[in-house]
Amino acid sequence: MAKRIEVSDLNIYYGDFLAVEGVNVAIEPRSITALIGPSGCGKSTFLRSLNRMHEVIPGARVEGKVVMDGQDLYGADVDPVDVRRHVGMVFQRPNPFPTMSIYENVLAGNRLNSRRMKKSEADDVVERSLRGANLWNEVKDRLDRPGSGLSGGQQQRLCIARAIAVEPDVLLMDEPCSALDPISTLAIEDLMTELKDRFTIVIVTHNMQQAARVSESTGFFNLNGVGQPGRLIEFNPTEKIFSNPDQKATEDYISGRFG
Amino acid sequence: MSTDTRPAAPAPVPPSRPVRVERRLPRLAPLGLYLAGLALGAGVSALTGSGLASTVVYGVVLGTLAVYLAARSVEGRRKATDRLVTCLVTTAFALAMVPLVSLVWTVLGNGLARFDATFFTNSMFRVVGEGGGAYHAILGTLVITALATAISVPIGLMTAVYLVEYATGRLKRAITFFVDVMTGIPSIVAGLFAFALFTLLFGNDVRLGVMGAVALSVLMIPVVVRSCEEVLKLVPNELREASLALGVPKWRTIVKVVLPTAIAGLGTGVTLAVARVVGETAPLLVTVGLITGTNLDPFDGRMATLPVFAYYQLTQPGTDTQAFLDRAWTAALVLIILVMALNVVARLISRLLAPKTGR
Repeated sequence: MAKRIEVSDLNIYYGDFLAVEGVNVAIEPRSITALIGPSGCGKSTFLRSLNRMHEVIPGARVEGKVVMDGQDLYGADVDPVDVRRHVGMVFQRPNPFPTMSIYENVLAGNRLNSRRMKKSEADDVVERSLRGANLWNEVKDRLDRPGSGLSGGQQQRLCIARAIAVEPDVLLMDEPCSALDPISTLAIEDLMTELKDRFTIVIVTHNMQQAARVSESTGFFNLNGVGQPGRLIEFNPTEKIFSNPDQKATEDYISGRFG
Repeated sequence: MSTDTRPAAPAPVPPSRPVRVERRLPRLAPLGLYLAGLALGAGVSALTGSGLASTVVYGVVLGTLAVYLAARSVEGRRKATDRLVTCLVTTAFALAMVPLVSLVWTVLGNGLARFDATFFTNSMFRVVGEGGGAYHAILGTLVITALATAISVPIGLMTAVYLVEYATGRLKRAITFFVDVMTGIPSIVAGLFAFALFTLLFGNDVRLGVMGAVALSVLMIPVVVRSCEEVLKLVPNELREASLALGVPKWRTIVKVVLPTAIAGLGTGVTLAVARVVGETAPLLVTVGLITGTNLDPFDGRMATLPVFAYYQLTQPGTDTQAFLDRAWTAALVLIILVMALNVVARLISRLLAPKTGR
């Protein structure tokens, strides 16, 4: 299921503005890859380009290749909608659908695509996904209640359950814990560690301890100045990045000496 | 002059208190002063021998002055300004209410005379004096408004979806501009447009209910577009992204996520747009005309509608002028009730369909 992603010479634009320049990286399956860097350096932009969510913004476009298991996601014959079915995403702010119950939220990926499902099959998917997101025990008695009634951490796990319910190959997480308290953060970090057996996980985080705790590989993004494009400065195993990075800039950032 | 009635209260304020303690007027004093001012104004007005208008003007000015001066001498400048502005705002509110209350009062007073079963069950067929009713006009208004809604809502809603979800750049600006222009079109122009259009299509002297519906649609579409656009803009972008990231195509995202999330606001907007056109007179006057009997087929000949009915009852009374005037007032009353009911429905829609938080 989990798939390998190879990115080569990726330039990402907002209109005429080059936001991220020349990214070359290989993201390994069944592992967690963390992306760190200062604000505005293009981490989230890069992440969104991996499931073609970037081009949802008017004027945004991408040059270069993102290859998943031998197929270029930006090929002329590739449907972006189909890419997103294989590469799921969890956002910074929990965003359950307010019109739907917890149950319907988990099934949203299937239901919104009008996939026919038997009731028992749907129940199975809901339970499996909620268990996978460590939320089942907390919500199993109130599956028909609105998802927006949950706490922030529960909502975020509901969004993760929603994302894994469609069985994607890759899971992208854009600062999934930045709006959460430490306990919910811990719950989600544990969850990521469990999920990495089944998915390729890429996470953007501002929290370097989090990157050090959960990830196998870490990429450091930086930019030279305002208006300059962001670049992938260094990509290495997490241990190496945090103990003996190749680049001076990485070391400065990690030890808090930047700007 | 102390406002504190408690005898044991220490007169000098201890300097150690961090927050300055201010003297206040007793709670009902401003109201009392204002009423005293009003009474004085009435007195002055009576002395000078003028009517109601001068009573109100003198009273309001004197009342406001009394409250301001009292507050100024007791409570200080800031509080006095506060009281002055409170007086002004309340007066403005009262002034704004005067026409509304007076209108409802007059229409109720005159309209209740014929607010009876006959009015709702009889048409004006072969009635030249007393009796008769607006059965045909009420149903005609409902039919034509329903038809206008059926034309306007799909066009308006889809335009709003296009503007919010798809349009960019110049085309979007152009459409927004023309929708704004259309909002300001005088209703008679809409009527003449429909009249000209159907005359071109079907020849002279054509009068159809659907002509009226088309004319009303011209007035209604921009209102629907505007209100739906505002509501769709309120749907958080995160929900669209969440749906797209699940691999849902854009059109399904709009149909199954954006519209359901906004349904309460859309329903309210459409209902208010209906309320806006249900009482239109001029476009119906030139397109639909009027008949005395009941015609419910909008594709066959003239129909009666409440506003036009009221207009003709008023301007062309038959043998018994008072009976015709009474019917006109009752028709106006029914129209007001209709609009009020639509507003209540709009509120109910927004309450019942709003996303539940479940906390």
